[in-house]
Amino acid sequence: MIDARGLACPLPVIQVQRAIEKSHPDTLEVLVDNKPAVQNVTRFANHAGYAVEVKELEDDEFSLTLTKA
Amino acid sequence: MKKESFIKRYWLVVLCGLVIGAAAVVLTALGNPKNMGFCIACFLRDIAGATHLHSAGVVQYFRPEIVGIVVGAMLMALVGKEFKPKGGSSPILRFTLGAAVMVGALVFLGCPLRMVIRIGGGDLNAIVGLVGFILGILIGILFLKKGFSLGRAYKQSKVEGLTFPVMLTFGFILTFIGVTFFAVSEKGPGSMHAPWYIALGIGLIVGALAQKSRLCMVGGIRDAVLFKEFGLLAAFVGILVAVLVGNLITGNLNFGFEGQPIAHTEWLWNLLGMTVVGWGCTLLGGCPLRQLILAGEGNSDSAITVLGMVAGAAAAHTLKTASSADGTGANGPVAVIACLVFILIVSVTHLRKEQ
Repeated sequence: MIDARGLACPLPVIQVQRAIEKSHPDTLEVLVDNKPAVQNVTRFANHAGYAVEVKELEDDEFSLTLTKA
Repeated sequence: MKKESFIKRYWLVVLCGLVIGAAAVVLTALGNPKNMGFCIACFLRDIAGATHLHSAGVVQYFRPEIVGIVVGAMLMALVGKEFKPKGGSSPILRFTLGAAVMVGALVFLGCPLRMVIRIGGGDLNAIVGLVGFILGILIGILFLKKGFSLGRAYKQSKVEGLTFPVMLTFGFILTFIGVTFFAVSEKGPGSMHAPWYIALGIGLIVGALAQKSRLCMVGGIRDAVLFKEFGLLAAFVGILVAVLVGNLITGNLNFGFEGQPIAHTEWLWNLLGMTVVGWGCTLLGGCPLRQLILAGEGNSDSAITVLGMVAGAAAAHTLKTASSADGTGANGPVAVIACLVFILIVSVTHLRKEQ
């Protein structure tokens, strides 16, 4: 799991990019705390061949589940 | 998966770019200095002068555009439920990086927005600046990829998030109800300005649009290189097109290096000044405009960065590092090198190994 809460742009995407390039996981969970990060991670994950499910948690936090398409 | 067309996905960024370009042309036609219709660095420097933080008599004016941008972003964020106060990620480093970015911008004479606006006016020195800007972003990206981070920000109170926009609004009201505490230039760029209500109105529109579109001059190049994401780059095109067309209509297009408005031809320092801006802003997570927008969204790290930029402008004029149309300031080159060394130290000392 990647906890990218509180990280400034573009660190959430970079962390996801690193994780995908390193181990090509089948699924990956990412926590973020702002909408631009949700959009940026989703866009990147889609490009990288992952489907993304977004769940809004409490306190303006989001959990993204990336699944290899 | 269905692919969205580029225009459909990025029309707001393109629109925002066009509006900024048009704003620059309109504000210039109504009184702002040439090729400086819309420049965050110049506006913050003028505010530093107005509030007596430096005593360069020609650049003192409480620019309503800045107030408009921050308040416009705040209102749009409140409407869209995106006003989320947070902060606490290396505040003093952000302040100092903001100051360094401003010192670099004032050696080149403009923020990334003015750089594009200058290109749109035919100023070829700004192309040199663009090369430096891209170079700075590329260096910043190298460190981002190696794990650079200024640390996490945490949730803050509403009052913390509102303080900066309210403070700016208060300063603006004091200025325009005729309280004479603030300085106003009688000659030079600070004396040239569009009517305050138009400047404020345009600032509000740009702030709201930039909040919604997330336009960022650093983000455009950064995301294109890092993720092959070209959406934010559309802003460059939007601004450039609007300024070129506007300058053609108003007859202000003049290609060349020499005799450009509020610019100098010392290419090395134009280049390195913008390298400081590109590198510093990549570490900060966004260009000067984006910092203003995030500050409007309640991000106190960005508010601190903007205050750092104001302090940097004050230092630049007090320590004679800012350029003028005659060339670099007496201490400009040494300041640029000092800023590069400082940013390098911040970069190498904030590489985090853990995921």
